[in-house]
Amino acid sequence: MTIAKPTRREMLAIAAVATIPASMQVWATQASAQGLAPTPTMRGGANNYRPGAPIVERIGAGGFLMTGTVRRAGDGAPLAGRRIQMWAHTTEGHERDPQSHGATLTQADGTFRLDMPQIVPAFGQPHAHLAYDAAFDDAGFETVFLRPLMSSASDRTLHVDFVLRPV
Amino acid sequence: MEKGGQTSRSRTFRTPILRTVLIWALIAIALAVPVAVAAMSPLLAWREPIYILACFAGIIGLALLFLQPLMIGGYLPGVPARLRNTLHALIGFLVLASVLIHVGGLYITSPPDVMDALFLRSPTPFSIWGVMAMWAVLTTALLAAFRSRWRLPNLIWRAAHASLAIVIVAGTVAHALLIEGTMGTLSKIALCALVLAATFKVIADRRTWSVVFRRRHAGR
Repeated sequence: MTIAKPTRREMLAIAAVATIPASMQVWATQASAQGLAPTPTMRGGANNYRPGAPIVERIGAGGFLMTGTVRRAGDGAPLAGRRIQMWAHTTEGHERDPQSHGATLTQADGTFRLDMPQIVPAFGQPHAHLAYDAAFDDAGFETVFLRPLMSSASDRTLHVDFVLRPV
Repeated sequence: MEKGGQTSRSRTFRTPILRTVLIWALIAIALAVPVAVAAMSPLLAWREPIYILACFAGIIGLALLFLQPLMIGGYLPGVPARLRNTLHALIGFLVLASVLIHVGGLYITSPPDVMDALFLRSPTPFSIWGVMAMWAVLTTALLAAFRSRWRLPNLIWRAAHASLAIVIVAGTVAHALLIEGTMGTLSKIALCALVLAATFKVIADRRTWSVVFRRRHAGR
């Protein structure tokens, strides 16, 4: 029978590994102290944006469901009545076409949903554009442009979360 | 029944023609199938004519990159050796034209997306490869046009051309494979594999760099 006699190097390695859970806990605590981080604007998010698209019940004939949430950075409180605009290359038009744009307001629980035409791949990726534009919303949050990708071109829905930073 | 030498003579005469036809048929299939598959893409129904033109300029440009090394490498049967350089230059001009139509057509379709790509700030991972290949095509065209006026030494020209060709082929293949567009997945992968293989073969056969190395080793 042999008793493990660790060398000094092994002892140091064990000690280093042992501190990992503790250091992760410190990091997690720091993160929660900072709170919910705001969503940064994505590259290309504002491309083909048409400012001030009307708030609509549905874009075109619908068939594709865009859903999402809008929350406040820090405490994560849901934000009601915030205006979210969306546009995409769909079966009914190009991104630049006015009929491809529409906006909606968030519900009391901070969620939004808008029926729009089916998004089809354009410029190499099936993607959508969404905006929270401070110029068309007086709640005092910074403007954010998003360009989320669909996991598959055959998806009939897309979910997008906004976390807005107070100005 | 057989009359000795006559059969074998007619056979040796006939075989090259059959071989020529067969090789050209295979090349025609390799070029036509990816274009035909793309032409049947459902995405075309929702694209404007200028966008469709830009898409097919890109696909045809990729297809030309398969023909181009085969032409200069002398692998195409029936093409007289004295015409190889001229036809290679002509295909090169068509590659340049397809790149310009591709980028120009995409710009008309969506200016901000193309500007993002050209300024290397596009969110799409394939853009950088396409832009890289585009600059290599433009540089090649410039060198080819002014090669004699600038009195480029042949060795420098060949090394530069081969290096740029590798950038064009690698960039274009990466660009094409990463895109979710009108091309069919299988025919796209197959065409890209053919482009890579043809390029690799011509560069290996022509020993572009071995000339450089041999001279250096000889110390002359």
